[in-house]
Amino acid sequence: MTNAPSDVKYTNTHEWARIDEDQRVVVGISDYAQNALGDVVYVELPEIGIEVSASQEAGVVESVKAASDIYAPVSGSIVAANEELENAPELLNTDPYGDGWIFVIQPHDTGELNALLDAESYVEFCESEDEGH
Amino acid sequence: MKKTALHDVHEQLKARMVDFAGWHMPLHYGSQLEEHHAVRNAAGVFDVSHMLPVDFTGTEATRFLQSLLAGDVARLADDGKALYTVMLNEQGGILDDLIVYRIRDGHYRAILNAGAAHSDVEWIEAQAPDNVTISARHDLNILAVQGPQAVAKVARITSDEVGQLRPFTSREFPNYFIGRTGYTGEDGVEVLCDSSTAESLWSKLLENGIAPCGLGARDTLRLEAGLNLYGQDMSPDTTPLDSALAWVVHWEPDTRKFVGRAALELQRKQGPTQKLTGIVLTQGIVRPGQSVQSNAGEGTVTSGSYSPTLGYSVGLARVPQSASGNCTVSIRNRDRDAKLVKPPFVRKGRKVHK
Repeated sequence: MTNAPSDVKYTNTHEWARIDEDQRVVVGISDYAQNALGDVVYVELPEIGIEVSASQEAGVVESVKAASDIYAPVSGSIVAANEELENAPELLNTDPYGDGWIFVIQPHDTGELNALLDAESYVEFCESEDEGH
Repeated sequence: MKKTALHDVHEQLKARMVDFAGWHMPLHYGSQLEEHHAVRNAAGVFDVSHMLPVDFTGTEATRFLQSLLAGDVARLADDGKALYTVMLNEQGGILDDLIVYRIRDGHYRAILNAGAAHSDVEWIEAQAPDNVTISARHDLNILAVQGPQAVAKVARITSDEVGQLRPFTSREFPNYFIGRTGYTGEDGVEVLCDSSTAESLWSKLLENGIAPCGLGARDTLRLEAGLNLYGQDMSPDTTPLDSALAWVVHWEPDTRKFVGRAALELQRKQGPTQKLTGIVLTQGIVRPGQSVQSNAGEGTVTSGSYSPTLGYSVGLARVPQSASGNCTVSIRNRDRDAKLVKPPFVRKGRKVHK
């Protein structure tokens, strides 16, 4: 059973997005994603200042096993990246919704978040992915 | 999908299972990194029963294996001795790499890779003379127990005599065939036994604090040790001379004709154009298929991963023969600085290159 807190939204590529008090969007990967990847050993962070559009590649997470792209859940500019991950990539495994955050987007339109999945729909989506395997 | 006798045991341990060469095998039991460290620092056990032991028996077994394999089994002077070598096609291409044990005169046992086993057996049977019997031992399971504490722990559970086995030797016991061999760069043993013995041995090993380990850790351990993986670092399209395995070919005596010898002699005379060597980098992770730009031209990464012991990425790459030193590797369209080095990367748990 995957852990999917209800205070964040999810993409069907397994990122989560949380709006913070400054109306910025914090992004990470879900518990389901970290579990599927296995031990994370390297994170390639996006450069601060670049513009990304929703569903565009914005970083890479590498586990021992494979590399996996991280997509921006919403359009906007990258305003922060979690440099802690350069020394402690395992934070993605141990605390995916907290200290394992990856980057922050200043969104053009927070309304884009409405297009993302809520926790309940995301859990159903993960279950359907598991059945497909 | 095929299952080993321990399949249900792996599922009870909540292993993440994957398809490997048609077998449903454990990738890891929670953390591939922890399993890797367990083998480097203490001991771990791998179910590698997907590999196939094949017995060669008969008065002509020695002579047949001398023609079948690039290494000369006549060098196994004592019963129990083991040899790592390759089986080639007529073009010198590698059909499989294997360890062959001399059990006694007229009885040898080779262990074949799961992915190549079926075609290997056909190849072997097609060439075997009538007076050599080939038996594929589907009844035998293989548990590889590896790590600095492995031999002592297995000796305690099975027989004290296991502790006296020298590296690359083996011995038959009433319920086990045990070789002091492995694929991790650590000391350890490989235990062959029937299914019920494998189940009870597995649980005794775990009770003795030996960590269950999956194919994920097996891959990073062998890669750190600079050991090739069949189907990835070598294949029928490569020869031992361009796969860093020239040492497994026995040229002497030159009267020994083995399959692929003529093609290899020609390649040896002309000089192989490529070689398999090591690659290290500190930014990013090398993966198979990525291209390498060296001082002598382009090459390709054949194996690559994160090295849990070193904390950065290492790999194997097939590059032009004269390539050396600094190079770049293309990772997602970005050139990363890397360096070609001679494997292994880790020896007996310690870093080899500065």
